[in-house]
Amino acid sequence: MSEIIKVENVTKSYIRDNFEIPVLNNLTLNVDEGEFIALMGPSGSGKTTLLNLIAGIDKPSKGKIFVNDTEVSNLSESALAKWRANNIGFVFQFYNLIPVLTAFENVELPLLLTHLSKSERKKHVDIALNVVGLGDRIDHYPKQLSGGQEQRVAIARAIVTDPLLLIADEPTGDLDKISAEEILVLLDRLNSEFKKTVLMVTHDPRAAEKAHLIRNLDKGELV
Amino acid sequence: MKILKLIFKNTLRHKLRTFLTILGIAIAVIAFGLMRTVVSAWYAGVDASAANRLITRQAVSFIFTLPYSYRDKIANVKGVKNVTYANWFSGVYIDKNQFFPRLAVDAETMFDVYPEFLLSKEELETFKKERNSCVIGADIAKQYKLKLDDIMTIEGDIYPGTWEFIVRGIYKPKFKSTDATQMLFHWKYLDETMKKVSPGRAGNIGWFMIQIKDPNRSAEISKEIDALFENSTAETKTETERAFQQGFLASTSAIITAMNFISFVIIGIIMLVLGNTMIMAARERTREYAVMKTLGFSAKHLIGLIMGESLLISVIGGGIGLFLIFPIVAGFAEVIPKGFFPIFRIVPITVILSASSAILIGVASAVFPIQRAIKTKIIDGFRFVG
Repeated sequence: MSEIIKVENVTKSYIRDNFEIPVLNNLTLNVDEGEFIALMGPSGSGKTTLLNLIAGIDKPSKGKIFVNDTEVSNLSESALAKWRANNIGFVFQFYNLIPVLTAFENVELPLLLTHLSKSERKKHVDIALNVVGLGDRIDHYPKQLSGGQEQRVAIARAIVTDPLLLIADEPTGDLDKISAEEILVLLDRLNSEFKKTVLMVTHDPRAAEKAHLIRNLDKGELV
Repeated sequence: MKILKLIFKNTLRHKLRTFLTILGIAIAVIAFGLMRTVVSAWYAGVDASAANRLITRQAVSFIFTLPYSYRDKIANVKGVKNVTYANWFSGVYIDKNQFFPRLAVDAETMFDVYPEFLLSKEELETFKKERNSCVIGADIAKQYKLKLDDIMTIEGDIYPGTWEFIVRGIYKPKFKSTDATQMLFHWKYLDETMKKVSPGRAGNIGWFMIQIKDPNRSAEISKEIDALFENSTAETKTETERAFQQGFLASTSAIITAMNFISFVIIGIIMLVLGNTMIMAARERTREYAVMKTLGFSAKHLIGLIMGESLLISVIGGGIGLFLIFPIVAGFAEVIPKGFFPIFRIVPITVILSASSAILIGVASAVFPIQRAIKTKIIDGFRFVG
């Protein structure tokens, strides 16, 4: 299996009120294509920062990051925006759906950046919503859905562009046990059935069990 | 279309806030339009001036009179086509608070020099024949419900006594900018009365209105006319009708400047109101913008979203304001005394300025929220707690 993610000697620190706060320290990580990997660790260990760097929404202070042979750490902001639209699907802890848009419109959102026609977009959105089991809730607004359903809409939004990589930051962190289980089953299915590489940050050991591989971070280093 | 739907939905997110902002913009545009209409009404006389007319008045001040005998000398100046004259009569008609210009004029020549006062041939002939007749503007006839053969009784102040005139003509304005609020009667009627009751005031006129053949020679002819009366007891000042009208306005220029200033202050205030609305909206959506950026939306998309929403609100508000300003100005025109603002209507430049202001408000109000949305990093956007 080829490596889809290569993190090479990455260091990341933030400046807050003139203080430099180190988050990641010379970290190296390789992830194979089709892998389902869970990143675990205590708060402040750098899990989300690593996820953000791989997803191209932040840049490392030092080191290089390659995703599918593209050096993400070297792309401009506008190039990164295009790259993310084409390659990454995001699932957030708090779903982050646009409240004034219906489930259909929320899932359609990333497709607005493509050249697909309206009917093609509809086809893609219908497929994505059916994959997550919400084909009958397309006209519902986020406030009309449960937390689990909102997260499933968010997953549909993440997969609608058929990305290489699914990035999930605490996807079950805001859900009850049953909904969390449904989401994990769905992520597992996307990995096994649809061959998506999944990179998931979680605090929950039971969520991490769904992954093929668990990597632990502590104080900015893989342990 | 793709982004338009989201712009529209965002605009309706806080319906009351959006409604109040639109209402504020509409009111501001109405206030702005009304102010500009007053300013343009002030300048209506200047705008209605003919290029081929000169005014000759007493050099010291407009309030001093000139000898009637100047008329023939002026008429003999090369390039002069027609000379007519007028006296400010003033007086009170029915209500002293209702003002309109009442002028003693030369019936024979007045309508030749002012062809924009449209009077039928029959009415003009009757007017010329009857010394105690008068001609009134259509607006005055409408305001006082006057018709031909009615009697107008005026209490004189500058020229004391009770003066009765028979309405023998109602002139119509040729252009929208033509003043249709004047009352014109025979100077000879006034002069004959003055000869009897106050002989020292007879034989004087207020100012001459001179029609010239070539407007390009106005400066030259003006000089020539004034040279005729140099070192006399009543020296003259001749200028174009436009300059004469502007001279009138010079004394009120501070008021006009203040009104102009206030009209733009109104626009400034409403710009801050919409700016505040847009800043609040953008602040509330900080996390959403971070999500959109994460999904691949670029700065130009965010600019489109915020600018689109701001423009949508300002254009709707401006449109409502512009739609309402016409009946409001028409209502004002009915209520205010005709004489103060003979031409009180919305001119095209007011519409253009109001519409431009609404668009400017929309654009300017979006600048800061756009800057903020673009500059905020994605990770900071996700951390933002509104």
